[in-house]
Amino acid sequence: MTIRKTTAMIAAITMLAVGACAKKAPEQLPPAPEGTGTDTDAGTGTGVVPGSQEDFVASVASDRIFFDFDQYNVDAQDQATLQSQSQWLARNPAVRVTLEGHADERGTRDYNIALGERRANAAKNYLASLGVDPSRINVISYGKERPAALGSNEEAWAQNRRAVTVVIGR
Amino acid sequence: MLRPITVSLALLLTAAPALAQTAPAPAPPAVTPTEPRETIEGTLSQDRTVIAVPALATPAVTTVAGLRTDALGRQIADVIAADLERSGLYAPLGPGSLRAITMGEVTAPRFADWSAQNAENVVHGFVRADGAGNLTVGCYLYDTALGSELVRQGFVIQPGDWRRAAHKCADAIYSRLSGESPFFDSRIAYIAESGPKGNRIKRLAIMDSDGGNHRFITNGQALAISPRFSPDYKKIVYVSYLNNRVRVFIYDVATGSQKLVTESANTTFAPRWSPDGTQILYSMAVGGNTDIYRISANGGTPVRLTNTPGIDVGGSFSPDGRKIVFESDRSGSQQLYTMNIDGSNQQRISFGGGRYATPEWSPRGDLIAFTRMGGGEFRVGVMTPTGGGTRLLTNSWQDEAPTWSPNGRVIQFFRTSPGREGKSSLWQVDLTGVNLRRLPTPQDGSDPSWGPVQP
Repeated sequence: MTIRKTTAMIAAITMLAVGACAKKAPEQLPPAPEGTGTDTDAGTGTGVVPGSQEDFVASVASDRIFFDFDQYNVDAQDQATLQSQSQWLARNPAVRVTLEGHADERGTRDYNIALGERRANAAKNYLASLGVDPSRINVISYGKERPAALGSNEEAWAQNRRAVTVVIGR
Repeated sequence: MLRPITVSLALLLTAAPALAQTAPAPAPPAVTPTEPRETIEGTLSQDRTVIAVPALATPAVTTVAGLRTDALGRQIADVIAADLERSGLYAPLGPGSLRAITMGEVTAPRFADWSAQNAENVVHGFVRADGAGNLTVGCYLYDTALGSELVRQGFVIQPGDWRRAAHKCADAIYSRLSGESPFFDSRIAYIAESGPKGNRIKRLAIMDSDGGNHRFITNGQALAISPRFSPDYKKIVYVSYLNNRVRVFIYDVATGSQKLVTESANTTFAPRWSPDGTQILYSMAVGGNTDIYRISANGGTPVRLTNTPGIDVGGSFSPDGRKIVFESDRSGSQQLYTMNIDGSNQQRISFGGGRYATPEWSPRGDLIAFTRMGGGEFRVGVMTPTGGGTRLLTNSWQDEAPTWSPNGRVIQFFRTSPGREGKSSLWQVDLTGVNLRRLPTPQDGSDPSWGPVQP
């Protein structure tokens, strides 16, 4: 069932290589966001506009981090993901992003909006701690309104408890 | 386009002297004050009162606003019979299976005929055009065994309001026979849903308590959730994702315009009206921390009511407007709390195990309905305002967000089915846990909100 994560907020960089922490991301990777295409070579492929959503997704470890049930702490794996996002944001200083907070369907509607706010803000705060100007980060919570995986099982729920970084332009 | 027909439902006739007799007090539901207890759903009483509802008579077949008075007599009887049937207390004989009555019979029923059909009561009435474009609808209820008149009411209506006349008649019958307060002539705001689970289109919609007069309000381009009718039905407060922000709007039903409940850069959601319609509760997330606020419905400076690092969200006023029940996870999981309207005296009331959410204070003040989460399921239940007598009323995968009938006897909620094709629909159940029914809606539905009886 739910795996409790440690809330260690030790220096992120030392944690980067640590993959041994309880892996909460789903075994099966979430579907790529719209418009990502199949090009995955780090923004060097043809047709990828630097600073675009496509460039972002191709360049970072993941556009999203995942949370345990009813939790919003950013663990080591999330920190590594956000670290890669902060590096890309440093290379594209004019870009603004939206952080979408989401919850799985096992909570009531209003509470899940509040929970999505917690998750998106946890991700935003971590990016800010890495030097990203918080004024570049917009936050919105979708609660349980926009699931990425449609099943009603642990695997789908794990994919839906997420904070997704979306490029909204410069 | 969004302008509703002005309702002018004047009481034409006064109640008959027979109404002076007090109705017998309703038997209280058999309630055992134990911790969460399940009820057997769907069973109806075997001794429902049989009521004959023949088509209403008309003194002269007249066409008003495209409606024929004889056809309306049949349609009004259909609505009355459907209302009475839906209450779960009565077994109406609908107009389709009964002979038509004459105008003369309206005030002089052939009691022996109706007794012969095992009807304990019979509803008579008439539809008459007044020549000025209005209709008069008469509504009578008789006891067939005693040969006595129990209800006599009349309504002058614009033809387009004929369904309201039917609901008013059904309310008069229901109140006289059950001793309960009326509830049929009331409206529901809810969210109409369509499209795939991962990208649902959610539109604000309104309808009568029986699903009639359905109308979509928003076009679905922005997600709409959690609507609430103002007590006078003139406004709807709800949350819209307009312009990719989450904010509470007040929608004016007559003009179709809307305004923000408060100007803020933060996410605002979970709105509720005070019983007198002068104030609005809402929740606001600041830097990821959600608390509950109260503001005048006309704007002004909001008052912050909670101040904890946890999620404090939602809220529902007691009918006297003096207390608020809300949910908070300050203890580590979602639980129900009450407080005074100034935020003082916050006390936890739910202790039964599991998580508790979406509290709604009954219009009668004696109970609080909630969603209880446990064992992977959501169920709707009730408890007293101090947390006693917890009972669960439903049993499904996800039953969420109860809302009360105006008389506190029926609870509506939405039921969601699991899986990739999972959908939501509107349901209602009696306070006693029986008479579970799905409400008819043109699309899927969620977030029902039941308003008061119309004047």
